[in-house]
Amino acid sequence: MKVSPAPFLFRGGIHPPDSKTATAALPLKDLPLPARLEVSTSQHLGAPAAPCVAVGDRVTAGQLIAKASGFISANVHAPAAGTIAAIREAPTPTGRTATAIIIETDADAPAGEPPYKPIPDWREQEPRSLLDRVAEAGIVGMGGAGFPTHVKLSPPGDKPIDTVILNGAECEPFLNSDNRLLIERAAQVLEGCQIIRHILGAATLCVAIEDNKREAAAALFAAMKATPGDNQIHILKTRYPQGSEKQQIYSVTGRTVPMGGLPMDVGCVVENVATAYAVWDAVVNGRPLTARAITVTGDAVNTPTNWFAPVGTSFADLVAASGGARDNLAKLIAGGPMMGFALPSLEVAMSKTSSGLLLFPRECVRPYRSMACINCGRCVEACPLGLMPNELSQAAEADDIDEAENRHVMDCFECGACAYVCPARRPLVQHMRRAKAVITQRRRAAAQQKKT
Amino acid sequence: MITSILVVSGIGLVCGVALALGARYLSVEENPLIGTVTELLLGANCGACGYAGCGGYAQAIVAGEAPPNRCPSCTPEALAQISAALGIAPIEAAAREVALVLCRGDDEQAQKRFVYDGITDCAAAAAVGGGDKACRYGCLGYGTCLRACPAGAIEMVNGVARVHPELCISCRKCVAACPRGIIRMVPAASHTHIFCSSRDPGATVRKVCKVGCIGCRICTRLAEGAITMDGTLAVVDYKQPLDNEELPAKCPGKCILKV
Repeated sequence: MKVSPAPFLFRGGIHPPDSKTATAALPLKDLPLPARLEVSTSQHLGAPAAPCVAVGDRVTAGQLIAKASGFISANVHAPAAGTIAAIREAPTPTGRTATAIIIETDADAPAGEPPYKPIPDWREQEPRSLLDRVAEAGIVGMGGAGFPTHVKLSPPGDKPIDTVILNGAECEPFLNSDNRLLIERAAQVLEGCQIIRHILGAATLCVAIEDNKREAAAALFAAMKATPGDNQIHILKTRYPQGSEKQQIYSVTGRTVPMGGLPMDVGCVVENVATAYAVWDAVVNGRPLTARAITVTGDAVNTPTNWFAPVGTSFADLVAASGGARDNLAKLIAGGPMMGFALPSLEVAMSKTSSGLLLFPRECVRPYRSMACINCGRCVEACPLGLMPNELSQAAEADDIDEAENRHVMDCFECGACAYVCPARRPLVQHMRRAKAVITQRRRAAAQQKKT
Repeated sequence: MITSILVVSGIGLVCGVALALGARYLSVEENPLIGTVTELLLGANCGACGYAGCGGYAQAIVAGEAPPNRCPSCTPEALAQISAALGIAPIEAAAREVALVLCRGDDEQAQKRFVYDGITDCAAAAAVGGGDKACRYGCLGYGTCLRACPAGAIEMVNGVARVHPELCISCRKCVAACPRGIIRMVPAASHTHIFCSSRDPGATVRKVCKVGCIGCRICTRLAEGAITMDGTLAVVDYKQPLDNEELPAKCPGKCILKV
């Protein structure tokens, strides 16, 4: 085992106030089972899952309720026993709508057996069978994007993976869900990483953690002593976005993921803390992914809390359990303040990717006017990818989407560092998002045309 | 000095001769009719005819590949002149169509769910929590159609887009630009329209908008076949004559207007 400061540091980035103190020391609390769960079939990237239950059906905890429909898709399970009350369109935390399965939960139902056979002796198992377990348990990247994990763990044969990186950076301000998971369940998270390493046949496991999370680092250190193999702990400098896959790979290994490429192109796989924990739970306990850690915080909630809550819990229930919202509540964000999504109301259910719910009071969200770009170049300095957000946003604003595409707007992963530093308060990320959406639409139309 | 003058003059002479030869031997014959027809077309290059621009369409007309009445903005006089220039029988102008925004839920009539302060673009606004308008079929009012219109025929009135039919050149660019898909082409001769696109049930519409179609079907009875129901939304069938003057007053949703 080796503990060292991360040898490299990516370009750009910002230092927002981390605002984590309100919940950093609060242990994860199990949320009392809500009376109603609204489980979306689209909690991941790719095709929404296809419901395989009908209204009126009784389901047990962990029962498969929607099947993955395609390779890039993920299973969805019932977080608790109950009755299917409805299957209807519902908003998702990302601002879209998707089919959701509404379950009236039954609090008196016995716990029952886990739906899948536990595999405590996974070290003796074929990687293939473990990969199947990850797929059937519906595990997705829980850091925010929700990319189906079984897809990430099946790289093509010509892309061998030598390094698994556990992403413990949690560089988004306010959030502590990963931090608490590491502090309280480091051994389980590490075992999850070992399973991932076993599946990929990788030699090295690197744990990357920011230097503002001493307690989590200590817990990892203690747990790692008992872990066989080539294990390293890399202490990252606190800087946003250290938790971004490509930036973290560079910080830890010095390898640069090529433009438009994936981590597997440089022999790496990066997994989020919560994902590793879910992998452990699915393999060792036979339980599908139906609950996760979520930080509810911000100045407009009465009792900031780190919850361990079932997927499908409505944000309204979470806020009610956290002592309710204050009267000056003015803004809701699902996820972190940098990359999260503003919510139109609390009547939205949390998904597998909801790491936080932020409630901000009126004082924090003064309306602002955005002005013309003053060409100061701060966004260019801040962009961790070396893009030029000033030029990109101006191209998008002038509807010159081709120009934005030529300047690689598709590489932008919307971290928001540019908009954070912009003195003219330009909504840079939104411009990029719009440009990316138009380009994606065009490419899809072109592909469709080619097919017909 | 004298050398410079000679050199420059020499270059001029050589290039002049080359250009003269090029003009004589490499010239491409173009039918002069194409120029005439291009002049007679509007010159907006809007693409409504299906060709890349007025020049391309003129070429197609002269080649006999397209009838001259595909340009929706062409006046009858210009059309007659084009027919005369081509030496063909005068062709009837196609019935003029204009764009119509099927929503009148402006800032006073329709509710908003939250304050949106992002970029002024309807598609971008719709990507944030589904848009700030409480009605998911309503005009978002951020002017994406206005910017797409080459004729300046669209105006934002109190947060809702409105097409000025007299300025509309029927190019359909706004129809394609609207992320909500609530702009429809209607015959310019029709004046009674249903200004709502909501397919939500009446109770939902009532909650979010004062001028929405609640699906009561009163108009379908009064219009005698000229209005049909598409689910809970009343839709005008412009192929049928619609001349019931009572309609606007009888609509409980106040979304039928004569304009």
